[in-house]
Amino acid sequence: MTIQEKQQELIDEFAIYDDWMDKYEYIIELGKSVKGIPEQSKTKEQLIEGCQSNVWLTCRLEAGKMYFEADADAIITKGIIGMLLQVYNGESPQTILQTEPNFIHEIGLTEHLSPTRANGLLSMVKRIKTEALQSLNP
Amino acid sequence: MGSYPFSVHAIRELFPALRQQVYGKQLIYFDNGATSQKPQVVLDTLKQYYALENANIHRGVHYLSQQATTAYEQARRTIQNYIGAKSPDEIIFTKGTTDAINLVAFSFGELLKAGDEILITAMEHHSNIVPWQLLCERKGCLLKVAPISKKGELDLEALNTLLNERTKLVAITHISNTLGTINPVEQIIQKAHQIGAKVLLDGAQSIQHLQIDVKQLDCDFYCFSGHKVFGPTGIGVLYGKEEILEKMPPYQGGGDMIAKVTFERTTYNTLPLKFEAGTPHIAGAIGLGSAIEFLNGLDMAAVAAHEHELTKYAQGILDTFEGLHIIGEAKNKTSVVSFTIDDMHPFDLGTLLDKQGIAVRTGHHCTQPLMDFFEIPGTVRASFAFYNTKQEIDTFVAALERSMQILGA
Repeated sequence: MTIQEKQQELIDEFAIYDDWMDKYEYIIELGKSVKGIPEQSKTKEQLIEGCQSNVWLTCRLEAGKMYFEADADAIITKGIIGMLLQVYNGESPQTILQTEPNFIHEIGLTEHLSPTRANGLLSMVKRIKTEALQSLNP
Repeated sequence: MGSYPFSVHAIRELFPALRQQVYGKQLIYFDNGATSQKPQVVLDTLKQYYALENANIHRGVHYLSQQATTAYEQARRTIQNYIGAKSPDEIIFTKGTTDAINLVAFSFGELLKAGDEILITAMEHHSNIVPWQLLCERKGCLLKVAPISKKGELDLEALNTLLNERTKLVAITHISNTLGTINPVEQIIQKAHQIGAKVLLDGAQSIQHLQIDVKQLDCDFYCFSGHKVFGPTGIGVLYGKEEILEKMPPYQGGGDMIAKVTFERTTYNTLPLKFEAGTPHIAGAIGLGSAIEFLNGLDMAAVAAHEHELTKYAQGILDTFEGLHIIGEAKNKTSVVSFTIDDMHPFDLGTLLDKQGIAVRTGHHCTQPLMDFFEIPGTVRASFAFYNTKQEIDTFVAALERSMQILGA
């Protein structure tokens, strides 16, 4: 599946919900299914502090593809993280750098990536891109 | 506007923002601690000013400038009378509470020396902490912090022991924005004055809930923001006793604050303009005057009783929720209900409430040291104004139950 197809798949999954609370119930379910990072392995370097909630992110490069693991203290944030990982995991650094997470806007979750929301997600997307860039210019 | 009996339904009619829907749900606005909605009369005043009265003040010989100057200075007098100041010269227009505190920290701070002490409390907003830290760095003063109890009440005994002959200023919140605690400021002011310290009251959360009389309180400074008291953003007030303001050097330089400028030496304008450099927020000041006039038409005792009733009602219901902890249980508190729920993040609760049309505040409320004291990352805060109703609280409670169900399932 291409990265665009993965985004479309998420958009389609949300298309069946027209009620906001149903959308959020689904995001929360996603959040609960995200593996996360064990408490003892969370480090300061991985922490992306938000005003409202905190996010942790790790990444590794394997055979030219990037793999991220992430966690958050708020479950809605974690659910959105789950979707971002679904899209970006297993992609090449070049693809990651070229792909904006447009599905977030399509689903109607733009507010979560707005600088005023301060939940760490915008910084997390930036960190994903930075990691991709660094892996190209180590 | 004359005084009329308090009717929440009649009052709601005066606030257009309350009549709207968000996400297809009737808006319930419980974020009044952050900012209040504006009555139509304030909106009309702003529109009228920009449409027909706009001119720069204090220096124009033409008609509009004189009209604008009169309106601006009238607003100052309205505020002076509302808070019981002796003279309009004691009312300085600022950008808000934060700006007012920074003005005092800089300008009154210039009169202090190394080793002098500033006393604050553990429940202060960042804006009543950081300006003093900056002052301490600049002048070598020391910042002391009076502790609070787990109920969210000031430890007066501890505060008294921290007061000493080195204490030059006690800067304290009148009402805590996070806990709702109303501090016994009269007692503190008396004690502080006995040892010669001045007292600044952060009134950001008290001006809209209590009848303020600065003469009776005998505070040396009182600060508040226009937008929390049904007026515009970007305008606020510093009240200061005239004899203290006279001794303080100017805060910022520019137009309006000068008497005569030469390259060799500049003399400063008299109060209050000494502290109002540059073109002020004229529309904001006039709009704030209009908001205060609106309050003048209300029976503040009835307003306080209604808000108290709302708080009691909300707390009574929330107290029965398993795993819910109310943060801030002072005996004397205003219409703020801050709480946490076991295993649920305030951000998640706030987001789900928002989607049900309910505006609350979540997070640390710019009081991180206070959150550290309670060992929590933040709270959900519902803060009521006189235009809120018990029916809204019922809807909020149902929405909270639904949110908890979704998060806990």
